Amino acid sequence: MKRLLVDTLVITERNLIRLPRSPDLLLAFTVQPIMFVLLFVYVFGGAISTPGFTYVDFLIPGIIVQNIAFGGFVTAIGLNEDLSKGLIDRFRSLPMARPAVLAGRTLADVVTNLLSVIVLLITGFIIGFSFGTGIGEILAGLLLLMFFGYAFSWVFALLGLMVSSPESANSLGFIAVFPLTFISSAFVPVDSMPAALQWFADINPFTFMVDAMRSLWLGSPAGNSIWGAVAWTVAILVIFAPLAVGRYRSAAGT
Amino acid sequence: MSRPAESDPPGEAKVARSSRATRVDGSAIDGAAIVATGLNKNFGDVEALSDVDLEVGTGTVLGLLGPNGAGKTTAVRVLATLLKPDSGSATVAGFDVLREGNALRENIGLAGQYAAVDENLTGAENLTMVGRLYGMNRAGARRRAAELLDRFDLSDAGDRAAKTYSGGMRRRLDLAAALVAKPPVIFLDEPTTGLDPRSRLALWETIEGLVSDGTTVLLTTQYLDEADRLADRIAVIDHGRVIADGTPDELKDRIGGERLEVTLADYGRAAEAASILSGLSEDEPVVEHDAVKLTVRERKGAIVEAVQMLSEADIGIDDLGLRRPSMDDVFLSLTGHAVEADEDDEAGPG
Ligand SMILES: Nc1ncnc2c1ncn2[C@@H]1O[C@H](COP(=O)(O)OP(=O)(O)OP(=O)(O)O)[C@@H](O)[C@H]1O
Ligand SMILES: [Mg+2]
Repeated sequence: MKRLLVDTLVITERNLIRLPRSPDLLLAFTVQPIMFVLLFVYVFGGAISTPGFTYVDFLIPGIIVQNIAFGGFVTAIGLNEDLSKGLIDRFRSLPMARPAVLAGRTLADVVTNLLSVIVLLITGFIIGFSFGTGIGEILAGLLLLMFFGYAFSWVFALLGLMVSSPESANSLGFIAVFPLTFISSAFVPVDSMPAALQWFADINPFTFMVDAMRSLWLGSPAGNSIWGAVAWTVAILVIFAPLAVGRYRSAAGT
Repeated sequence: MSRPAESDPPGEAKVARSSRATRVDGSAIDGAAIVATGLNKNFGDVEALSDVDLEVGTGTVLGLLGPNGAGKTTAVRVLATLLKPDSGSATVAGFDVLREGNALRENIGLAGQYAAVDENLTGAENLTMVGRLYGMNRAGARRRAAELLDRFDLSDAGDRAAKTYSGGMRRRLDLAAALVAKPPVIFLDEPTTGLDPRSRLALWETIEGLVSDGTTVLLTTQYLDEADRLADRIAVIDHGRVIADGTPDELKDRIGGERLEVTLADYGRAAEAASILSGLSEDEPVVEHDAVKLTVRERKGAIVEAVQMLSEADIGIDDLGLRRPSMDDVFLSLTGHAVEADEDDEAGPG
């Protein structure tokens, strides 16, 4: 167990060291989400009615959840590169704890996710976002966000180990996650959608997650959203983490 | 767990081990350091390994010699626990590749065919990371990294991101990574491919140094001269099968002596020249266009004799030289056919 912890931290450190050295990666974490926020607020915002909220308040939790889900891209692309460059072979030939390569990756994502949440919140504050709850709920919301992002990192870990190139990890991940985030309560109220989409949006983990965040940060009624979000997150984690570890054990092997 | 405690990392020189003929925990390896029995591995209908038996005595070097696609890398991957064989068994440092992977991995170092370095880390960071993953503490891993950078002539570049390294530098960094834990068994998959002659020689000396400390080495190569210089025994592998196995001298006896190649001024007289020169060789000389090629019985004086014989017959010589047998010659004499091009692979160098 101590091995797993130490090895995981060594790998986490390795993945974080590169961040300040890759300006393009930093750009993806900062400038891109900011652009998204500004586009939504100023281009669509006026046309979308969000009863009970200003559009900025409505949007910020939604866009942060979407961003967090995509944070795992770094894991998918990084793992895929490690695989094609032979680093996974190097790691598998070492007496390290086997899950540490993946655990270290996903843990590094938590750090980068935190970074992008902070950037988005600052952007939000500048254009008028404000919390409507106390510090306890705000922190609980942050914790839930990190947990949700962590679970998604394992989905991306599996993806990165399965596809043949970083480019296909990128586009497959996009195809899978992007629609999920849009057919949810992230950007528009669900009751403005056609019935079939509403049905889907109501069971979509992103809807639970975004509603939970609105309740924790803005003070809207929670309903079952918080428990739903936690349940979804746990489910995603317990399904995808073992799948990814199994795939890692046999990666490039068989 | 059999791993030494953090405070007593395998990389520290003061561990109980006085030589590298023992495992990292100091215990002796019973019998040969590497034993493989009846290994088979198929990829689709390609037989990458077919009934491969190998044995590498502790403290010795085995050269696995073969052309592209012969199965060298597959053999290394199976022994380094990266790949499960379809059937057969193997032990390394006394540990079973299938059942005792973790203990086995503590006792091996691997430098794969393609340098596996993290391009975003510096050379020093790469080696420190590997050291820590072998279980060293941070300070010990750093110290070991600095030592290895120095040994592999990378000190000046140690604080630069590996993506700025040349191919040869990456290769050396990768080899250094294999040595971090001072393991008793090392696998080197074509270690000198892509190195310049000076680095190649330096690496040979490094390997010889390791072996004199008791390290067991399995190295793959496409070059007979490399296997000849470094290996105590050579196993020749082709299409997944070991087709010859012996000391370099035994193999060379089977291959025969050096090749004399004479290029004639007038190719019309090639047949005549061949029959004159046949006295120098046990086999019939081969005529290829304007060149006559033969295996000489005795290296000494062969050139002078050949020149004399041809000038007495007044046959003009354009070029003439002795050449050491190459892997092509090994294959020609062991299998009766030259090395076959493997469509899946780019042609190897040389
Ligand atoms: N993962 C794989 N999937 C399919 N075929 C493979 C795989 N790995 C190896 N092979 C095939 O197995 C055979 C042996 O390959 P191997 O890499 O062991 O050869 P090698 O002796 O190392 O060659 P080289 O000198 O080119 O490195 C080749 O025909 C190769 O195409
Ligand atoms: Mg190979």
